[in-house]
Amino acid sequence: MEEIGAAFVTALKLIITGDPEVLSITLRSIIISGSATILSALIFIPAGSAVFFSEFPGKKGLVNLINTLFSVPTVFVGLVVFIAISRSGPLGGLGLLFTPGAMVTAQALLISPVITGLSISALSGVRPEIKDTALSLGASRVQIAITMLREVRYAMAVVVLAGFGRAISEVGAGIMVGGNIRGYTRTLTTAMSLETSMGNIEFSMALGIILITIALFVSIIVYRLQRL
Amino acid sequence: MINIRQLNKFYGGRQILRDINLNIDAEEVFSFIGPSGAGKTTLLRLIDLLERPTSGTILYKGVNTAASENIRIETRRKMAMVFQRPAMFGASVFDNVAYGLKVRGEKNPRLADRVGKAIQDVGLAGYEEQDARTLSGGEIQRVALARALVISPEVLLLDEPTANLDPVSTVTIEKLIMKIIGEMNITVIMSTHDMAQGQRLAGKIAVMMEGRILQTGDPGLVFNKPENHLVARFVGVENIFEGNISSNSDGLVNVAFGPHVLEGISDLSAGEKVNIFLRPEEITLTPSRTATSARNSFRGEIMRISLNGPLARVELDCGFPMIALITRRSAEELNLQKGQNVYASFKATQVHIIKR
Ligand SMILES: Nc1ncnc2c1ncn2[C@@H]1O[C@H](COP(=O)(O)OP(=O)(O)OP(=O)(O)O)[C@@H](O)[C@H]1O
Ligand SMILES: [Mg+2]
Repeated sequence: MEEIGAAFVTALKLIITGDPEVLSITLRSIIISGSATILSALIFIPAGSAVFFSEFPGKKGLVNLINTLFSVPTVFVGLVVFIAISRSGPLGGLGLLFTPGAMVTAQALLISPVITGLSISALSGVRPEIKDTALSLGASRVQIAITMLREVRYAMAVVVLAGFGRAISEVGAGIMVGGNIRGYTRTLTTAMSLETSMGNIEFSMALGIILITIALFVSIIVYRLQRL
Repeated sequence: MINIRQLNKFYGGRQILRDINLNIDAEEVFSFIGPSGAGKTTLLRLIDLLERPTSGTILYKGVNTAASENIRIETRRKMAMVFQRPAMFGASVFDNVAYGLKVRGEKNPRLADRVGKAIQDVGLAGYEEQDARTLSGGEIQRVALARALVISPEVLLLDEPTANLDPVSTVTIEKLIMKIIGEMNITVIMSTHDMAQGQRLAGKIAVMMEGRILQTGDPGLVFNKPENHLVARFVGVENIFEGNISSNSDGLVNVAFGPHVLEGISDLSAGEKVNIFLRPEEITLTPSRTATSARNSFRGEIMRISLNGPLARVELDCGFPMIALITRRSAEELNLQKGQNVYASFKATQVHIIKR
């Protein structure tokens, strides 16, 4: 018990004194997961909207499948991306393996069902009266779609934050395709798993506190947005 | 302006509108009147081309609106509808009102001018930047009106424009609508469940019930000469009797109902089965049989008196039930009491007789 207390104090010291290693890992995590989230949002919010606004056979099944994939195991996504970008894989020529780019790709893919599925459900939440009003005021189909997306702009921000939350806290895919290379692809979660296994509890704890703080921050923003 | 032919609408297996035939002229103020569930909203939505009829046609200035998707959109853009419960976009009052112009490609500075003027016209100057969803019910109704009018529609559709408002806001909105009707060359098609509002605003009304149009015409005519007992009930005729014409001399008829006889005006001949309609406000009550020009007088016992604002509703038993509506003041002057016997009198010209 005393040991844990001492470790906690050391961890806080590391954070407060701005330990350069802790700082750089934190920044790298935010940049990699932030990029993954932006990339995923740019592709999958429009994709989700396209699914929502179009009618085709099997639409319901597709939406169900997307929702099931919310909790796809991170190591599974890691494996798929690893195979795709390894030397002999279809995207091997890009030389992405064990780079931050690989981690961005894996995380973007990992959160794509969340972004797509939550976008669809955000749009489903628009009251039908809004669509009728736009239609009655002379809007075309495209204009109606834009109007509805604008109606759910706060909900879309929540969608993006939910994606970011999952990306920054995942560890399996990041380790597999990033390789946990110090100063290059080492992030909060991958560093924690390594340092803990090496018995470096204080350092791990410092990173854990930062991770929790980021998660807390994200949920506060989500809470604020949902009340708008 | 708008001609509707043999229009039917089903939702699932349920028929909501039945064989609607209607002609609405340009610059007319036309109102559908009917109880909740009659199909008023459904019919307005079909006219605004938000929904498609199951069968039948809607002509707009002679053009079949179902001819192509392009014609539907073009025609829809000549109309504007204010919904029963208007929805505000999650944006400022200004942006809400500007919507119809923006989707039509209108640009500043003309856009800002027209929007500003529309907001001013409905008395909301100064509210431009407020979030429209934080407005009161009456204010929302006014924004919805401005949002519809800013595009200068040929046809304005108003679905129960005051149904959710308090009496003061209702007066404000009705005044606004009257101002619009007076100042713009616009065709107004509205709905209401309030007969009095129909009479105040509309030049022509159509009484709807259970998906059918039962009677169309001048509000005064529908009010005073309902064509059947459903319309009669709806427009406030509380005394409806079934009888037979027993004689007709030069238009003055005797009508027998049960053991009773009353006099009325009709060109139907003896032997015809008829409905007799008598509005409760046409009946005068006196404590004794007095000499008046009223051709009809029945003695009855007061069963119940209910006060409603400045009016008193008196239920009588004259051997048949009869309801009279008199002013509260005259009820007090006559000192009417439950159980008292009075005479109920009315003129032959106030009895409305139609073939059954
Ligand atoms: N989209 C729909 N699907 C199924 N039934 C519907 C639909 N819209 C309306 N109805 C039904 O059609 C009938 C007529 O509805 P409508 O809203 O046109 O009545 P209304 O005359 O406007 O009534 P109110 O005065 O209450 O507004 C109702 O019984 C309603 O339940
Ligand atoms: Mg309605």
